[in-house]
Amino acid sequence: MKQDFKILGTRPIRPDGLDKVTGKAMFGADKSVTGMLHARILRSPHAHAEIVSINTAKAEALAGVKAVITGDDFADVENSATRYTMQNCMAQGRALYDGHAVAAVAAVSKAVAAEALKLIEVEYKTLPHVTDVDEAMLPGAPVLHEGVKARTLGDDVSGNTVGYYSFGHGDLETGFSEADEVIERTFKTAAVHQGYIEPHACLADLGGDGRGELWCSTQGHYMVREVCSEILHIDASQLRVTASEIGGGFGGKTTVFIEPVALKLSQKAGKPVKLVMSRDEVFRASGPTMSSSIDIKIGMTKAGKITGAHAKLRYQGGAFPYEMVMMGAMSAFAAYDLEHVQAEGWDVMTNRPKMISYRAPGAPMAVYAVESVVDELCQKLGLDPIDTRLLNAAREGTKSSYGPTFKAIGLVEALEAAKAHPHYSAPLAPNTGRGISCGFWFNFGGQVSVSMAINADGTVSLIEGNPDIGGSRASISMMAAEALGIEFDRVRTIVGDTASVGFSDVTDGSRVTFAVGIATIKAANAAIKEMCKRAAKIWDIDAEAVEWVDGAAQPTGHNAGDFPPMSLAEIAATSGKTGGPIAGHHEGAPDKAGVSFGVHMVDVEVDPETGFTSIKRYTAFQDVGKAIHPAYVEGQIQGGAAQGIGWALNEEYIYGEDGRLQNPGFLDYRIPVASDLPMIEAVIIEVPNPGHPFGVRGCGETSIVPPLAAVANGVAHAIGVRMFALPMSPPKILKVL
Amino acid sequence: MRYLVAKDSREAVALLNTGEDARLLAGGTDVLVRMKLEGKTPDLLIDIKEISGFSDITTENGGFRIGAAVSGAEMGEHAALKAMWPGVVEAVELIGSTQVQGRATMVGNLCNGSPAADSVPAMMAAGAMARIEGPAGTRDVLVADLLEGPGKTKLGKAELVSSVFLPAGLPKAGDAYLRFIPRTEMDIAVASAAVSLVLDDNNTVAEASVVLGAVARTAVFVPNAAAALVGSKLEPEALSACAAACAAACSPIDDRRGTIEFRTKIAGVMATRAAKIAFRRAGGKL
Amino acid sequence: MSKIHVTTQVNGDAVEFLCAPDETLLDVLRDRLNLTGAKEGCGTGDCGACSVTIDGRLVASCLVLGAEVEGSAIETVEGIGTADALHPLQRHLLEHAALQCGICTPGIVVAAKALLLQNPDPSEEETRYWLAGNLCRCTGYDKIIRAVLSAASELRGENA
Ligand SMILES: Cc1cc2nc3c(=O)[nH]c(=O)nc-3n(C[C@H](O)[C@H](O)[C@H](O)COP(=O)(O)OP(=O)(O)OC[C@H]3O[C@@H](n4cnc5c(N)ncnc54)[C@H](O)[C@@H]3O)c2cc1C
Ligand code: FES
Ligand code: FES
Repeated sequence: MKQDFKILGTRPIRPDGLDKVTGKAMFGADKSVTGMLHARILRSPHAHAEIVSINTAKAEALAGVKAVITGDDFADVENSATRYTMQNCMAQGRALYDGHAVAAVAAVSKAVAAEALKLIEVEYKTLPHVTDVDEAMLPGAPVLHEGVKARTLGDDVSGNTVGYYSFGHGDLETGFSEADEVIERTFKTAAVHQGYIEPHACLADLGGDGRGELWCSTQGHYMVREVCSEILHIDASQLRVTASEIGGGFGGKTTVFIEPVALKLSQKAGKPVKLVMSRDEVFRASGPTMSSSIDIKIGMTKAGKITGAHAKLRYQGGAFPYEMVMMGAMSAFAAYDLEHVQAEGWDVMTNRPKMISYRAPGAPMAVYAVESVVDELCQKLGLDPIDTRLLNAAREGTKSSYGPTFKAIGLVEALEAAKAHPHYSAPLAPNTGRGISCGFWFNFGGQVSVSMAINADGTVSLIEGNPDIGGSRASISMMAAEALGIEFDRVRTIVGDTASVGFSDVTDGSRVTFAVGIATIKAANAAIKEMCKRAAKIWDIDAEAVEWVDGAAQPTGHNAGDFPPMSLAEIAATSGKTGGPIAGHHEGAPDKAGVSFGVHMVDVEVDPETGFTSIKRYTAFQDVGKAIHPAYVEGQIQGGAAQGIGWALNEEYIYGEDGRLQNPGFLDYRIPVASDLPMIEAVIIEVPNPGHPFGVRGCGETSIVPPLAAVANGVAHAIGVRMFALPMSPPKILKVL
Repeated sequence: MRYLVAKDSREAVALLNTGEDARLLAGGTDVLVRMKLEGKTPDLLIDIKEISGFSDITTENGGFRIGAAVSGAEMGEHAALKAMWPGVVEAVELIGSTQVQGRATMVGNLCNGSPAADSVPAMMAAGAMARIEGPAGTRDVLVADLLEGPGKTKLGKAELVSSVFLPAGLPKAGDAYLRFIPRTEMDIAVASAAVSLVLDDNNTVAEASVVLGAVARTAVFVPNAAAALVGSKLEPEALSACAAACAAACSPIDDRRGTIEFRTKIAGVMATRAAKIAFRRAGGKL
Repeated sequence: MSKIHVTTQVNGDAVEFLCAPDETLLDVLRDRLNLTGAKEGCGTGDCGACSVTIDGRLVASCLVLGAEVEGSAIETVEGIGTADALHPLQRHLLEHAALQCGICTPGIVVAAKALLLQNPDPSEEETRYWLAGNLCRCTGYDKIIRAVLSAASELRGENA
């Protein structure tokens, strides 16, 4: 694997940065076109209700209203997953959660649209509801959808239980019998929201001829195209989707919530329609992540060896069938090399908004529960938390708890870095505790397309299909420049619309730098091959006798030294005469993403009189394989840590008895603010991924996995009492003091 | 909705008296949020920021008169005011973010009627008087006597508050305000306390006032908590008696921001901590 | 609702607009003046993405009516720095990689500029509290705070 990089590992200024600091960058809600209408959505105030009737006549009669739609305007679709997505965007027959869309209006202004909403008359018949996961699993609970219960499950659980998974190996009985100490605990974690600052927004224009243009804030515009064209029953080729700059997603923009509605309104009104969610709608009707109820049992010897480990994960994922607990079950024990291990998981529906991915979806809560019990065992047995984790750590050759055998991984390196860091030996102030936790995420590859043009002036234009959510255009340009051997600023990477480059999967799974990176390198190699051919033609030698060194073609073999190297710019300048434009492209589905481990260490101080927890010091260690742009890698680590701290301390979806969300705003849905946090030191560890030419693993998600338990363990040490539920808000902490 | 800028308080009162659903607009940080969240507008919004004198902080009888349109940021920048009533100013400065501070007024905070309003306990502890203008003329009442209940004040029909008067601070006096929120900023008080103290030559507490916020239908004086401090130098027994009196005075609600149990427990913590700050500000040593 | 005619100054230019009485300054900037640099993250004063200054005072433009700015001078992110001559804050934000998605960035630029005008030498803590009303979900604030502090130091002429 290449090691001596010229550009990778440097910190150039991102190409889109200027537009973002000057306010020029166009996000989802920033685009307008002449003649466009403004849309608003009417949402259910009930947790569960039959929609007996909807009368839109008065709204339609209001001056300025151009279209009103309800669930009846959407024809059925074949694919059940798409149908659920559609019904999540617009209820059909029943409203399944507080905030579920039941009708929508397009009008000449926001004010008229808002006025029209008030004129829509909906008759509801309320139905029994359930929002808690354990209650939703009980036989006799109100069932969200009949006939979707996981086939392998019996009568002991309700029809809301739509998935069951089990991973592991060995024999638990044997494992626990070998332990000196066995601890069994039950945990609960609240649902939390991705909390991106930019609400969902789109601008849709769908003509009667079935041709459409859609501008939207999304993590995957190809996904939007596929889903929307299916729902609208139009050809994918007819719908061009352009991804705006995206104001945060964290997984929350990997599906559609409003786009089909805007397209349908536009189709009906015959005009472009802009639809922007309010913050309250974002909380009530876009996906939070799952809440959970978890049982963990772990056995350990006096020396700290884990002999057996069992997890039972019950995840609550909202109003439609979904699959996500699997990720939790696979992640729960991934950090450890275990002989006897089992992780089981149940996916459960409730009357809440349908869950959608949130950074390492499913993993943080599972790992929180596991790492809390590991910490409690260390405490009980008087063991060092890092040494104990090192003793059990997964390493190259470990058969993971979810099946595959790990290749080169960096957990041991991260733990050793943590142990050696001054933070670990720093003295602790009174009422302060230090928490440690490991974390894990898979990282993904997936489908990807890249198209690269070598311009006549020696610059490079690169088109890729993944929205840039945190600086990926910079790292892709860096990889292109590295592969081609040219300067960073000679490359411009843009995110193409769905008509300008081939399919690309959603920007998720920490896959972009890995997958788009590989495609970029392969596209560069294709262009290099062509450039060598052109040089050979000019020199009149065999193409095989030309190699690419430091951004230039060079004769090799018996022609070596015959001609001076010919740079990319020189070859590009004459390309018109040597055979036409030079380009490279690559379409593929790389699958050798490398898993990434992290270790977080935090000092928390708890005010014994109020239960207020403050984060005093935070250090995060993470193996990222290769940090292409270290500053953005640090940013990913710091951002994930901050989100995890919020999850641990104050963020939660609060539902009343009536099944309505009580805190749909940033005042009471408490994400960390600047004064809540200290600096977060990010320590990058680079154990190269053998599956990527530059060693990239992916780094965006692992960082949200360890903070929950790290903070919880810190609190446990600070107050001498262990909490078993998140968030550990002050009232809960004070209660146990 | 109509939006009108009142030129003087007479005009504002007259506009309030037309029988329309009229609302006053000061900084707007409550009014506009409510309009947005409720999706409803009043018939008439009366902007009072252009009324002469409403944006002024003036000295009067050794104290300060603060106009109804003075923003929190302006109060925070007024060194003399801050020196005399640091507790009141710090309470006002706790309202919202820097951005909210640029607009929010202390009078708006009072008139909005929230039991958790930060400036209200501090004003009460300071003995602040509100000047009220209405169809029947002008009157001055103690801020404490204006409170009615969540979202309500005792202002009469077509009455408005034109200013608040903070009396001259006494020598060897100090005030302080503390609140509990789950984060460090951008939250509404879960429980809060304002304490105002006057010390004698001995640095013993001679006079005390303790007010709690967010633990009852309005901010409340806790005379027993104040009495516990009088005659003390904030010895541990005095402080725990103060805290116990605070707990006894609480009749809070359970909601998304805090439980009854929690609010009751921390009210006393806030009060004793505020008392220590006020004590130091008055020149006492702990 | 009859519209209100407002005369004001935006980023140094005289501007006139008509707005509905209940229309916020943020809506006026974005929908009527095509200045989309200020963002709506919440519409209720909680996120700071809509930060602008009015007569030098930092405010959330979602909590101000368009009608209220008659006769005042407004500055938005579009009035701060140009591509050729970025404000040091903007440059330091870029150099520190202090933005990921960038949706909070315009608000941070406006708010931090207001901070440095009032307090050229803020401590880390003062900076964190000043910016507590500017939510950023991507960065964990670390790099933002560093960027503001180093821009402050450059502006003080310490390491220009
Ligand atoms: C993000 C955010 C955070 C907040 N945080 C806090 C906080 O931490 N603590 C806190 O206490 N509050 C908080 N608030 C609420 C609000 O900012 C304060 O209550 C503020 O002081 C209100 O002042 P204003 O000038 O903006 O009032 P306005 O919104 O202009 O008015 C408030 C109410 O008082 C009436 N009114 C205004 N002036 C007068 C007058 N002169 N006479 C009679 N009636 C009048 C109005 O009609 C209205 O009903 C927050 C608000 C926001 C948006
Ligand atoms: S949009 Fe104004 S503060 Fe959030
Ligand atoms: S960079 Fe995304 S919210 Fe701040």
